[in-house]
Amino acid sequence: MSNNNASFVRTEMLGSQEPPTSERGAIKWVRENLFSSALNSILTLLGVAAIYLIISGSLPWFLHGVWNASSMGECRQIVADNYGEGASGACWAMIHERWHQYMFGFYPRELYWRPVTAFALMIVSLAPVLYYNNRRTDTVMTGVVSVLLMLALWGVNTPGSVFAAVFLLFAVIVAVARVAPKYLVWVTILFPAVGFLLLWGGSVWSPVGAMAGFVLIGITYSLTKDRLGVPVGTGVGVIIASIWWLFIQSHVTGPLASAMNLGFEKVDSDQFGGFLLAFVIGVTAISASLPVGILLALGRRSDMPLIKALSVGFIEFIRGVPLITMLFTASLLLQYFLPPQTKFDLILRVIILVTVFSAAYIAEVIRGGLAALPKGQYEAADALGLDYWQAQRLIIMPQALKISIPGIVSSFIGLFKDTTLVALVGLADPLQGITKIVRADINWKGIYWEPYIFVGLIFFVVCFSMSRYSMYLENKLKRDHR
Amino acid sequence: MKKSVFLGAATVAGLLAVAVSAQASTLDDVKARGELICGVNTGLTGFGAPDANGNYQGFDVAICQAVAAAVLGDPAAVKYVPTTGETRFTALASGEVDMLARNSTWTFSRDNDLKLDFVAVNYYDGQGFMVHKDLGVSSAKELDGATICIQTGTTTELNLADFFKANGMSYTPVTVADDSEAQRQYLAGACDAFTTDASGLAATRATLPDAENHIILPEIISKEPLGPVVRHGDNNWGDIVRWTYYALVTAEEKGITQANLDETAATSTDPETRRLLGVDGDLGAMMGLDAEWAKRAIAANGNYGEIFASTIGEATPIGLARGLNALWTQGGLQYAPPFR
Repeated sequence: MSNNNASFVRTEMLGSQEPPTSERGAIKWVRENLFSSALNSILTLLGVAAIYLIISGSLPWFLHGVWNASSMGECRQIVADNYGEGASGACWAMIHERWHQYMFGFYPRELYWRPVTAFALMIVSLAPVLYYNNRRTDTVMTGVVSVLLMLALWGVNTPGSVFAAVFLLFAVIVAVARVAPKYLVWVTILFPAVGFLLLWGGSVWSPVGAMAGFVLIGITYSLTKDRLGVPVGTGVGVIIASIWWLFIQSHVTGPLASAMNLGFEKVDSDQFGGFLLAFVIGVTAISASLPVGILLALGRRSDMPLIKALSVGFIEFIRGVPLITMLFTASLLLQYFLPPQTKFDLILRVIILVTVFSAAYIAEVIRGGLAALPKGQYEAADALGLDYWQAQRLIIMPQALKISIPGIVSSFIGLFKDTTLVALVGLADPLQGITKIVRADINWKGIYWEPYIFVGLIFFVVCFSMSRYSMYLENKLKRDHR
Repeated sequence: MKKSVFLGAATVAGLLAVAVSAQASTLDDVKARGELICGVNTGLTGFGAPDANGNYQGFDVAICQAVAAAVLGDPAAVKYVPTTGETRFTALASGEVDMLARNSTWTFSRDNDLKLDFVAVNYYDGQGFMVHKDLGVSSAKELDGATICIQTGTTTELNLADFFKANGMSYTPVTVADDSEAQRQYLAGACDAFTTDASGLAATRATLPDAENHIILPEIISKEPLGPVVRHGDNNWGDIVRWTYYALVTAEEKGITQANLDETAATSTDPETRRLLGVDGDLGAMMGLDAEWAKRAIAANGNYGEIFASTIGEATPIGLARGLNALWTQGGLQYAPPFR
């Protein structure tokens, strides 16, 4: 302790003072970000004015929305009664009345549980692909899907026995995800057959027969790959499977079906419509176009002149033709080449051509990824003594695909949105097809914004999820610049 | 050598088989299939569109049902294939549909160049104008200098140009993609007048929030005979569709309705009615159908007048008057040749 005549010495630090009001908090943020210069101030004011105009113009319309009415006229009446003559209001009642057509098209109402269950299974089957074997993510995801599915099934008035069966199935799936997530991959493998069966119905045996063909490919491949190599082994497998599909399958599944008649009520694909149609076309084309695209990309970089020429020719031809041309080909031209009275499903034709179209774009995106890999990677693979397919599978493709993720996902998003173009060939897509049907009803004639907003919102949710997932994947796979 | 001869012969045989099956008549195909494939509109108010339960209904759809009833005995045995303006004629020509019933205008080039047969006219339409009442216009001839909302790529666009040219007037077109957009633009005041087929105008006007403030001008500037279409070359099938339609018209003329059909068949003494309903003669057999074909066609949705009244007539919200589509006995153009 010093004496009392010592000069004043501060013994402790002063507490930091708050900055002046203009230099802190919201005011500082506003000054820095909105009014930092004369130009920025003007732009800010203009922006605020624009936002105000848009909101003041559209908000009453949204707020005055009517949810329960049976026609446009009734909607207008209700709006006029509640908010005075001349007030405008959205007529969401149309969506309330016709949502099922936007979702399922003309699918029989009592069978709505089938597409709903197929959709839930699709998400589950994506889990192993999207999240590998992450136990926690898989459990959470399958659990959430199951709960939502049960709610949706309840919403579409599913019969009790079906409800119980689906509940059991998903209980098993969640349990598997919790205990042994790697077995979830079986859901993925079986999904094409199960999804087909749920959506189109018919005998159980035809999808089983189709899957048996793929099993044949697998068996042939594993038996012959050491002797014949990957491409020839696969080729032989495909030939054997084609013989099975074309000549033998019907003789086996036919008797089986008559002996044991298992199956669902058949639903024709001309009853598909709305988002059901968009998802059937979109998901099938997306999942089929990725492998085809990879093969095409490899073909284009191949040293074999014939393969290379075929791949280049295919890619350039398809990319040089608009999608609408392909759709018209599917709907009109193919019929001229096929024998008269062949019934070749229009949706199937459209799916095939959309897949082909998308595969050409995917091939180019992946080729970009391949081109971005340094030559050293290829040489390293060779130095390790890997053959071509091993090198592709273990070294080249994982890196090339990682680089191509943003491009691939944006192709997929584009493809999903392009499914609305099928309206041009008379299919009931959600945006134009169903909206046209709804507007043809005298009760809803003249409705304009509501269907677009509704359909646009759903498209946004789906495409935005895809885009967020691609960002998640990019982050997760980031191995460089740590 | 022998092998290649064999292969060649097999190919020729295969081609012949294809050619022969291509020649098979539409009637046989429909009967074998048990289903009539009918090309319809993707959605046109009153004429053809699926309702909330997915059942197709409308004035054109009723023709499909009548044909299915006549040929197959079941008005529900129809598979509807929605066709757009672009795909409709190709779908018919390529055999994807057996017949079209989707408000297609009968024109020279469609009949001859596209190799189609328009078998009848089930609705006489024509292009008209709708204007705001406060525009103070009472005739299309007064529309000089007007802005007009019109769908692109349709015959209505060409008709409009012809009409204004013929009358020495000028106009500014506001092109729109479809009917609902046209309605929106017109209501927003982007155009003074809206032009399309008169039936479409009436349906649009009926659903406007303030219908009383809009008038449809009296001039009809084009002829739009709409009717069912079949492929060139299968005359028997064309006759079946044509006479099924005429059976409906004759039924109205003779006062045969859905309700009194059985009674009329049992008690009528009118020779033509008896021939039509298969009591006398064998008219059906001449087309390859049975005797009661017309009876079933009428039973499906009633006679022509009943179909008109229940789908687009004055009692419906669309409220179209019979006009040109009244029977010839009532000053209209619907005239069926005799059943003899």
